[in-house]
Amino acid sequence: MSRPLPLILLLLYLFPAGAAVAEEALHRGNGAEVQTLDPHRAEGVPASNILRDLYEGLVIEAPNGRLIPGTADRWKIDESGTRYRFHIRESARWSNGDAVTADDFVYSLRRSVDPATGSQYAQILAPILNAEAIIAGRLPPRELGVKALDDRTLEIDLKAPTPYFLGLLTHSTTYPVYRPNVERYGERFSRPGKLVSNGAYRLAEWVVQSHVKLVRNEHYWNDAATRIDTVYYHPIEDSSTELKRYRAGEIDITEAIPLQQFRWIRHHLGDQLRVAPYLGTYYYGFNLTRPPFKDNLKLRRALSLAVNRDILVEKITAMGEKPLYSWVPDGIPGYRPAEPDYAHWPQSKRLQEARRLYAEAGYSRSRPLTVELRYNTSENHKKVAIAIAAMWKQALGVKVRLVNEEWKVFLQNRKQKRLTQLFRAGWIGDYNDPYTFLEILHSRHGLNDEGYRNPRYDALLDRAAREADADKRFALLREAEALALADQPVIPLFGYVSKHLVNPRVGGWVDNVLDHHYSKDLYFRKQGRP
Amino acid sequence: MLRYSLKRLLGAIPTLLVLLTLAFFMMRLAPGGPFDGEKSLPPEIQANLDRKYHLDEPLWRQYGRYLWDLLHGDFGPSFQYRDYSVNELIASGFPVSLRLGSISILLALLVGLALGTLAALRQNRPADHRIMALAMTGISIPNFVLAPLLILLFAVHLGWLPAGGWEGGRGRNLVLPVVTLALPQIAYIARLMRGSMIEVLRGDAIRTARAKGLPERTVILRHALKPALLPVVSFLGPATAAVITGSVVVEQIFGIPGLGRHFVQGALNRDYTLVMGVVLFYGALVVLLNFIVDLLYAALDPRVRYR
Repeated sequence: MSRPLPLILLLLYLFPAGAAVAEEALHRGNGAEVQTLDPHRAEGVPASNILRDLYEGLVIEAPNGRLIPGTADRWKIDESGTRYRFHIRESARWSNGDAVTADDFVYSLRRSVDPATGSQYAQILAPILNAEAIIAGRLPPRELGVKALDDRTLEIDLKAPTPYFLGLLTHSTTYPVYRPNVERYGERFSRPGKLVSNGAYRLAEWVVQSHVKLVRNEHYWNDAATRIDTVYYHPIEDSSTELKRYRAGEIDITEAIPLQQFRWIRHHLGDQLRVAPYLGTYYYGFNLTRPPFKDNLKLRRALSLAVNRDILVEKITAMGEKPLYSWVPDGIPGYRPAEPDYAHWPQSKRLQEARRLYAEAGYSRSRPLTVELRYNTSENHKKVAIAIAAMWKQALGVKVRLVNEEWKVFLQNRKQKRLTQLFRAGWIGDYNDPYTFLEILHSRHGLNDEGYRNPRYDALLDRAAREADADKRFALLREAEALALADQPVIPLFGYVSKHLVNPRVGGWVDNVLDHHYSKDLYFRKQGRP
Repeated sequence: MLRYSLKRLLGAIPTLLVLLTLAFFMMRLAPGGPFDGEKSLPPEIQANLDRKYHLDEPLWRQYGRYLWDLLHGDFGPSFQYRDYSVNELIASGFPVSLRLGSISILLALLVGLALGTLAALRQNRPADHRIMALAMTGISIPNFVLAPLLILLFAVHLGWLPAGGWEGGRGRNLVLPVVTLALPQIAYIARLMRGSMIEVLRGDAIRTARAKGLPERTVILRHALKPALLPVVSFLGPATAAVITGSVVVEQIFGIPGLGRHFVQGALNRDYTLVMGVVLFYGALVVLLNFIVDLLYAALDPRVRYR
């Protein structure tokens, strides 16, 4: 019986004496685990959050969302609006100390549109000359309208004036990657120890499903302004779990808020709650390729009219969302979204009109419409769907069958347009321009799960894409938006809000409509109350 | 003995093959693919991705390819975590799950056996009733209820322990997940041990031992414990399986980067290779553990011999 050694070894294995060193680090909740830290292949909000800290594009955003110089310290746009000349900062450095050059950007942008890279977001670069043909494999990547005039000067040619182009340059598909390591390590260049980046932070650790740890990049051109040395990103899908960890002091900034606990949070943690308008549209789409909604504008309009959006945002979502009648949400500078005529009617008039149209479409209380409403499984979507089904039932007698589906099943059904009749959808703008919303309804767009197809709409968008004058362009876009609203392929319901809990010790947090928050702009307040 | 072991291990191969085949085709039957996002991809890029991961080939060829790679010990690349291979993900996740699971089983055994023995010795007295009531509670509370309750009490209100995270497996981070995993097993083991101990204590061997005038301590520890352990040992197989499946939930709740979390996220993301890899790994593990349990059984019970 006296053989303690194996036992001791076992115990040592099970309970290692790991002395945890307390370090002052920022802990951010980050939703789902990221797929990759390769900026050209990444997609989704969680990856974007980390990539913004790791890399720096030509242009970045100030805390309030305004565009400011990033790796490029100045740029010039010629009169045609299609040629951009960027000057790369002399002090721009990779995290290993190498200089960031114009060639790095040429290499990276070509890699981003190269079909071999398999970028899921390459479409962002479509405004660049030849980009679309390269993505489609019709031209080689070297034909991209990007060239380095010298080490510091980068010239980008666009196929048409694109007033929001600078905004696109904050997107991760435009970030530079470090060529020697990409060529040396291939797809694995984005792992700890191999990843060289040019942002305010560099990658220190990445344990899948546990955390990503970033540390200050001493070579960053503006390193002196970085105040937090270490940043952790924790993948936590479940918002109630995240809330518990926030309350236990393990997370400084949450990525989300559990809806069912919102009242409690507002009451107990109200001063730490940051709710702000978010550039996103929550809507229901009609399948326009099948009955009952195919060629049935009256019915579609009746259903849209019968939704009481004020009750929806006040009683159901109740986090400060804005009722939405337009397709493009508020918050884009200089753009006033188009609204349908009924946006400013009293609800009683809307109901009256809804009943009239419903009857004209051939339905009545004795012959009601029976319809399936599909949404992806989530407590929040369910609440909204139940409320809207009740509104339709009460106002028109519509019978709604609620169908919830797991995310990937739901997406497939939506895309196939066979089973779907009415479905939930949402879109968060990729950049701060109405086009990011309007293009979704273009007949060839990948998110047009309604099957909306109006040549006039497409033509208006194409004209807007060629228009150099910003005001005229917005007018065209607004005309397109009004047209889509009149055709009613969708029911816009409300504009999203971003919701975070931010620990009072964290300073520098500024709300903005794209909900982008660079860790380099945050800081810890001095201990003790100010 | 050796022949028996070989036979058992060879017998596991068809089991695993069936498991693999079922998992492979069921996974492909689920609607949606690994690269489906909200926005459909441009067809060229979709085609590129499909070609790269051989998703453009007929299913039977993909299956053959998978088997072939597997024979070479390669679980393939992860579809979701593009920078990692499934082998790497399993290699990083398994030690975490192993540590979590083995501590839980160890704790369950220590506490469960002690409680069960105690209850048996105090049969039908208040201590026995209290222990068995506790055991019933332990069995009936599911871990997805228990875990949040423990977190609320010990992490949020008392602030003694972290609410989640792993941090390389620090003791502080282990306590709550281990307790959550172990509690139902403690309950089962205590009940089993009590029943079997009561039976053994009534047997002739124990009567003889007592008649020889041995002290009660010796009677229990030397003569009653070993035979009483048998049903518990045979329960270890299912218990380990329960801890493994339980850890799928527990790892998710506590944010522990183990195999269970890879499994759940892999299924949701349609990460075919990752799910397949974890399923096979779990399958092999359960087969192996059952085999070990059988060997243990033979070691403990002189009446059992394998041929």
